[in-house]
Amino acid sequence: MLPILAALTSLEIAMGLVLSSFQSTLFYYPSLLILVPVIIGTAGSLGSTLSARLSTAFHLGLLEFRYDNHHLIGNILSTIALSITIFPLIGIATWAIATWAFEPILSPFQILSITTLSGLLISIFTVIVALVTTYGSYRLKLDPDDVVIPIVTNLSDVFGIFVFLAIVLLLL
Amino acid sequence: MINMNLRKLTLQAYLEALPALVLSSLGGIIAGLILGSMTNELQSIPGLLVLIPALLAIRGNVYGSLGARISTGLHQGFIEPRISFSDQRVNAAVIASFLNALFAAAIGATFAYFLLTLSAEPVVPLQILLSIALIAGILSGTVLITAVISVIFTAYRNGLNPDTIVGPLVATIGDIFGLSFLLIAVRIIMGGG
Repeated sequence: MLPILAALTSLEIAMGLVLSSFQSTLFYYPSLLILVPVIIGTAGSLGSTLSARLSTAFHLGLLEFRYDNHHLIGNILSTIALSITIFPLIGIATWAIATWAFEPILSPFQILSITTLSGLLISIFTVIVALVTTYGSYRLKLDPDDVVIPIVTNLSDVFGIFVFLAIVLLLL
Repeated sequence: MINMNLRKLTLQAYLEALPALVLSSLGGIIAGLILGSMTNELQSIPGLLVLIPALLAIRGNVYGSLGARISTGLHQGFIEPRISFSDQRVNAAVIASFLNALFAAAIGATFAYFLLTLSAEPVVPLQILLSIALIAGILSGTVLITAVISVIFTAYRNGLNPDTIVGPLVATIGDIFGLSFLLIAVRIIMGGG
């Protein structure tokens, strides 16, 4: 546990360095600062839900890496659908709260496009990482429960912040 | 027929995951509100923002896995769903996770300090960053361990599967407590700020 924990912590510190290189933007728009834990958390939850479901389907012998496997395709589609549902809601809620708590500097349209676009890219990335890791653990005969969830959760939230900052850079 | 089956599986996966995801996003927004109101602290303590993703992730990694471990123990019948300080198995898991979390917080603070120093970025002295990370880790670890164990035991006694509750629970309250206690740790160290 300790070496993995140290490695994951270093990865998160690297992400923190990237985050802090955007600090002037983040301090100027507090609504973006609100979005930081939300994006990290939701990307991680999306990833851990998908990996837990893939692991279970794998243990039950229902998962096959074929394009006509319904457990595979169904879980991919539901992950993308979940992200298309949840990220726009996050955008609206964040705008409402930011307007109440801070200056309304960002328009609802700006926040909505940031969260929706980040969410879509995050879900695609999460699907790819979860599939590659589940397949890898199956080929290496490792228990996906031990391997997939921590890898996917941490990679999704690191990627989540990168995508979020890239989109902020692009749109603001 | 085939498409019906795929549609059913997709919808089922979607509906099962949606409530927990909505809940954890709400938790994230509350945590975000705390972070958004910390701009003064973040600006006056260079290096603190670098630590935040690590401090939040540690809680998910460590206490999420503690929850999964206790829940597996319950399912296998090794652990009784009662709070007692004499259960060696629970005690060992709790102490290990608490120490792991503090170790990771210390690693994170040290790593952040050296990387910022190396790249000639402004950063507060190492002992300040370390103390803030450790105090926040001790406070939020105590609350999270209590919450995880009591919720798992209550859920299990009421016939719910703790496996489906632990992840969203840690995700939802972990960030809120993590950031609130970080703020408290900053106030303690910086003297009322």
